[in-house]
Amino acid sequence: MATAGTKNRPLSPHLQIWRWGPHMFVSILHRVTGNGMAVAGLGVLLWWLGALAGGPAAYATFASWMTTPIGYLVLVGISWAFFSHMMSGLRHFVLDIGAGYELTWNKTWSIVAPVLGVVLTAAFWALLLLR
Amino acid sequence: MGNGTSIGRVRGLGSAKSGPHHWILQRMTAIGNLLLVLWLVVSLILLPDLSYGTVVGWLSRPVPALAMTLLVISTFWHARLGMQVMLEDYVHEHGNKFACIAALNLVAFAGAAFGVFCVVRLALGAHA
Repeated sequence: MATAGTKNRPLSPHLQIWRWGPHMFVSILHRVTGNGMAVAGLGVLLWWLGALAGGPAAYATFASWMTTPIGYLVLVGISWAFFSHMMSGLRHFVLDIGAGYELTWNKTWSIVAPVLGVVLTAAFWALLLLR
Repeated sequence: MGNGTSIGRVRGLGSAKSGPHHWILQRMTAIGNLLLVLWLVVSLILLPDLSYGTVVGWLSRPVPALAMTLLVISTFWHARLGMQVMLEDYVHEHGNKFACIAALNLVAFAGAAFGVFCVVRLALGAHA
């Protein structure tokens, strides 16, 4: 019954139908970075807090994992996901109040947001490693 | 509810009602995440090093412990809301969707509770 009348109904066009633009890229990037952080970012956050609560030995295990090449890749990935998600999220706040839908501005901020995400990630690691 | 066309079966029923609430909570927790994660980013940069003693000494103090507790609650809440939208978009079968969102609720609440518990343990001096 729930599917009655739904056979052969027209489907809305999907990703492969539309001509690609930066607004589509930044929209998907927002979802990927958000869900990526929900899994990896919160996982590492809990491991960090759990290791701190567990004591020096547990923290040493955490630190030794996180200072391997794969550990650094995960940490850089999480920080990049955060700064990218933050910039595309700020773009969503602007869109939420009904601004920024003009074609040129929409395109401009769709490109600027992920670029600033990469710049902020680089700045964060530079400040962290050079202190 | 009849067996008519798709539009005929939903016409006049109104919206699903809980959408705007979900939407506004996603924005409110986003504001919380923006402030709290930027606080964590700045704190990590300003700490002299990230050794066990330094980090525990910092996180045991009242204001960092409170901010970290709020960060855990805000990020897990926001992640739960966001992952629900992702599951609703990609898991089409009703039973599987229900199971996924039930599992998401368990993991989100358990994760947040574990994070808060760890901070409380440090703040109340379990390793002082």
